[in-house]
Amino acid sequence: MIEIRWHGRGGQGAVTSVEMLALAAIEEGQYAQGFPSFGPERRGAPVAAFNRVDTKHINVRSGVYDPDVVVVLDPSLVGLINVTEGLKQSGVLVVNTSKSPEEIKEEVHFDGAVAAVDASRIAWDELGVPITNTTMLGAVIKATGLVKLQSAKSPLEHRFGRVAQKNIKAMERAYNELKIATAN
Amino acid sequence: MSERVGMEIALAAAETVALCRPDVIAAYPITPNTHIPEHLSDIVAEGRLDADFICVESEHSALSACCGASGAGARAFTATSSQGLLYMAEVVPIVSAMRLPVVMIIGNRALSGPINIWNDHSDIMSQRDVGWISMFAANGQEVVDMTVQSFKIAEHRDVMLPVNLNLDGFQLTHVVEPMLFPSQEEVDAFLPEYEPYAAVHPDNIVSMGTLALPEIFNEVMKAKDEVLKDSKKVILEVWKEWEEKFGRTYKPVESYRTEGAEILLLAIGSMAETAEVAIDELRDRGMPVGLLKLRLWRPFPFEEIRNAVKGVKAMAVLDRAVSFGGPGGPVFSEVRSALYDEKVRPTIISEIIGLGGRDVPVGDFIKIAEKAARVAKTGPEEEYEIFGVRGS
Amino acid sequence: MEKAKKWPEDWQEIIPGCMVFRPGSAREYHTGSWRAQRPVYDNSKCIKCGMCYIFCPEGCISQDADGYFIADLDYCKGCGICAHECWPGAITMVEEG
Repeated sequence: MIEIRWHGRGGQGAVTSVEMLALAAIEEGQYAQGFPSFGPERRGAPVAAFNRVDTKHINVRSGVYDPDVVVVLDPSLVGLINVTEGLKQSGVLVVNTSKSPEEIKEEVHFDGAVAAVDASRIAWDELGVPITNTTMLGAVIKATGLVKLQSAKSPLEHRFGRVAQKNIKAMERAYNELKIATAN
Repeated sequence: MSERVGMEIALAAAETVALCRPDVIAAYPITPNTHIPEHLSDIVAEGRLDADFICVESEHSALSACCGASGAGARAFTATSSQGLLYMAEVVPIVSAMRLPVVMIIGNRALSGPINIWNDHSDIMSQRDVGWISMFAANGQEVVDMTVQSFKIAEHRDVMLPVNLNLDGFQLTHVVEPMLFPSQEEVDAFLPEYEPYAAVHPDNIVSMGTLALPEIFNEVMKAKDEVLKDSKKVILEVWKEWEEKFGRTYKPVESYRTEGAEILLLAIGSMAETAEVAIDELRDRGMPVGLLKLRLWRPFPFEEIRNAVKGVKAMAVLDRAVSFGGPGGPVFSEVRSALYDEKVRPTIISEIIGLGGRDVPVGDFIKIAEKAARVAKTGPEEEYEIFGVRGS
Repeated sequence: MEKAKKWPEDWQEIIPGCMVFRPGSAREYHTGSWRAQRPVYDNSKCIKCGMCYIFCPEGCISQDADGYFIADLDYCKGCGICAHECWPGAITMVEEG
């Protein structure tokens, strides 16, 4: 079972991200959970959301403590909160940033793999808004190989309707432009 | 043909209620339950469900409206949590006394105060004695299945009682996961149109909601008690039919790896699923431990509990509610009472966990099972424990 | 109408939900036996305003063919509200013999 923690700010669509990833996995016949950090959401405040993905029914329903993957949707969160808390050394940190993955690795002192992509720029280009959740979906898929990129298309189409194609394009760009610094 | 869909469980509950073709939905939103009435109002507004959605101003009105609607022969539904359940509490025992098959989904949330919007069972446990059938779902699939079952059980002519279906707020309501949804045709075949025993109408001569003097009251209460106890027959029949049609089994008490178990955990609601992971780990270590998952709360499954603990040395009953100053968690005190007269019975301890949405990781279940193994030899250490409190 | 048993004997005989399927069973209960005084009408003073009919809490005052009012003594409890409200003073409360 793979556990993922997403960091974002309220209003950036972290909850939608986990839903899209969960639905992509479910499309493929896998089992998945997607849930937010439970509670009232507040625009701008740091929030977390979670996924679990497995090939069989997931019965654990407590919080995620030692994720295999951590995703950071907003560059300003790195340094503000300890994004690597609990992250397994064998795991991967996926960050929206204009810096290189090596720089991030240095900054957060993480020995495992770090992946980086400037999702904010891609989102501005493709969507005209700095909402990076669908963009980062592409980054997560590339970094983890948890689901096929193709499997995320149908959930995005259902969810985003008229603007689905733009979101899919943003997701594909992040998938292709992602840079990875491997584990030590 | 059932469709496998990923969806937020609260939305799935709403979609399933819509499949059951309710006539009247009267509900008021309350976190974490809000998505259920909200999504149902969307479904009605979109024209996908031909129902009257009554936007009431409070939960008291919500259940009152359902009571009236059901009395007029409509299939009625409502949903709430916590303080909302307390606000309608005045009407709750009346609906069962009037033998009206209203179905209510409760997204379990802690009672205030202090204000807490997160999951525990204090809301439903405050409504133990009201004469409703009460069941607990532990995951999304069970929410879907048991919603359809609830209407069928409630409306059965030998039952005619309201049913509340409980799912953990946030832990279940706000989780997206895969579920198999029955088709509209399958639900229609399983759940026929509601045929009320009586319906208030100008052409029908009936008074409902009458007065009863002391001279008759004991008999009325006895009748109410007997029908609730007897409803177990119908519940088991409905579950048998569900298994035949959909291949999924439901029992009043489910067992997980209890073969040869000397130590048991007993849990209710979604915490039972997390407990399974703990059981697996402990079994790998060679500990003869198993898990009982309580699905049917009212009528209380005496027989199944008594059978399940045969040969068990100690059992830890997990509660997500506390009866302040009382004899432990509600599930614990009822289970212990049910086992009191057994000649041979396990040592039973009360462990209260997860109050107000406090996360209970797998490690805590392991610690509790280890404690149960210890008290099997030494006896209980206290009346009950609120587990994991800082400063203990 | 056949008078029903006062109470069902056993709990098994309780109708589900205590629903009542006989209409107007309250009519069998002659509350007139409760009263200590009864209303007596002096129709020479009655102006047929209907106030006594409106105010009677029992709803047992009705209008006869000539338009005057009369209380049904099977149900009249003798509360005296009709006499109190009758401003021409056509109603007097008289002790029951």
